[in-house]
Amino acid sequence: MDLDNLYQEVILDHYKNPQHKKLNEHYDAQVHHINPSCGDEITLNLSLHGERIASISWDGVGCSISQASVSILSDLLAGKSIGEANLIHEAFLTLMQSKGTQKGDDELLEDAVALAGVSRYPARIKCALLGWMAFKDAALQAQDK
Amino acid sequence: MTLDALAIREDFPIFQRKIRDGKRLVYLDSGATSQKPNVVIEAELNFYKLHNAAAHRGAHQLAEEATDAYEGAREIVAAFIGAQVDEVIFTKSATESLNLIAYAMGSASPGNRFYLTSNDGIVVTEMEHHANLIPWQELSKRTGATLTWFEVTPDGRLDLSKINEVITSSTKVVALTHQSNVLGTINPLAAIVARAHEVGAVVVLDACQSVPHMSVDVAALDIDFLAFSGHKAVGPTGVGVFWGRAELLAQLPPFLFGGSMIENVTMTSATWAQAPRKFEAGVPNMAQAVGLGAALSYLSGIGMQNIHAHEVGLAQYLLDQLATIEKVRIIGPNHMLDRGGTISFTLGKIHPHDLGQFLDSHGVAVRTGHHCAWPLNRKFGVPATTRASVYLYNNTQDLDALVAGIKGAEQYFGGA
Repeated sequence: MDLDNLYQEVILDHYKNPQHKKLNEHYDAQVHHINPSCGDEITLNLSLHGERIASISWDGVGCSISQASVSILSDLLAGKSIGEANLIHEAFLTLMQSKGTQKGDDELLEDAVALAGVSRYPARIKCALLGWMAFKDAALQAQDK
Repeated sequence: MTLDALAIREDFPIFQRKIRDGKRLVYLDSGATSQKPNVVIEAELNFYKLHNAAAHRGAHQLAEEATDAYEGAREIVAAFIGAQVDEVIFTKSATESLNLIAYAMGSASPGNRFYLTSNDGIVVTEMEHHANLIPWQELSKRTGATLTWFEVTPDGRLDLSKINEVITSSTKVVALTHQSNVLGTINPLAAIVARAHEVGAVVVLDACQSVPHMSVDVAALDIDFLAFSGHKAVGPTGVGVFWGRAELLAQLPPFLFGGSMIENVTMTSATWAQAPRKFEAGVPNMAQAVGLGAALSYLSGIGMQNIHAHEVGLAQYLLDQLATIEKVRIIGPNHMLDRGGTISFTLGKIHPHDLGQFLDSHGVAVRTGHHCAWPLNRKFGVPATTRASVYLYNNTQDLDALVAGIKGAEQYFGGA
């Protein structure tokens, strides 16, 4: 079924067993983002250790795409440098805007390539990006501290 | 049910197409916008092909024909809602209609009955669409008038137990929906209108979800203002209606200024034409108004009572079917007393977006999200719901497809 292209096993796994979905008490930046078109919400805490991302934790409500996407992000970017994280972020954004023409670099994006199918559903791209936009915001705020 | 939905579907060309790789279109999103019959599409097309000119301007045949067509549409709307012709104002949408009155009230001068100060009150309800909430929030901010509201009970009804405390002697306007776009609830207007008029307040009715689906008579309802949109009533997008009592329209300041809404203009000031022109600045959406006229004539031909009975029958059928699925929670009344054909629900922990996507892959179109009624969603403790809304072209087969899809989604996302 075509739907399986969108709802890859990896996505459903992350949805059912979300990673880092418990806000850390200590953080350098906390952001709250909303998708106003659907009401999905996320709170994301980010801790830095120098130039490196020490941890990403989050809580929120949303569809499987938004929940899986932030779960994948919190796994993928923890331990990376800010520079590496920005590269991955950019690659993910490009993938989401690809209208189904790209598969994504799995060495760079790892599990996040499972979200490639989302780019064929314009209404769902914002779902996939909710956590990523929250992360970007948090990273800027944490660096400004 | 006296309607033959399959025969009606023949009038709507969109039902001939297939979606998502050859599937039949099961359209259950008429609460968002309705599909259009050929007569509406042709009316709009023919206006452009044969009669296009600026209505109320020009001394040529086309201008005459355009004016006749546009004013003819006004007569159809007036007859459809039991109004006088000059009380019907065309806007671009119901949203504009509601903004029109809120803005106009905000620009009333001292001495005008619509003039608001911090001593006055505005009353809305917790089940309003954002379009009938935010304009009043903003009017409250601009004038200092206090915004209060009727709460919604857990079974999706307005809590009228404190009606005399909500609508008080300082209340100037009561704005509410006729039928909730989320809950499907049809609100009991008689008690609210009586109380509002008792204290000298006007009643503004958001009739977007009622005028397309049931017989609405503004005189019988004894309301003061009404708004609805064309596109939810098998009409075109880009046209809405604002209706007001003649004597109130005479006192209400205009909202948009410009051509054709004037009586006389000098370099420093202007006076206003009478309603409806006073509220129709600029060349109007003529083709769309003509399309709306064709739409309402089409609906009248089928009969609004027949349409309403058909939808009530379908909604009852769907409620019965949904009751067999354990994890379905209906957001709104679970029986058909004072209820229309809009049914919102949640399905266990499965997010409405995921359910909607699954249904879409089976050709079933529903609405998911907060339906532009965020405060109401918060009241019910749900971030979003799935909404199925029926119309004259739906039948039980459509609802069977929805129910099958819901069961399929339960398996697909199971365990979530």
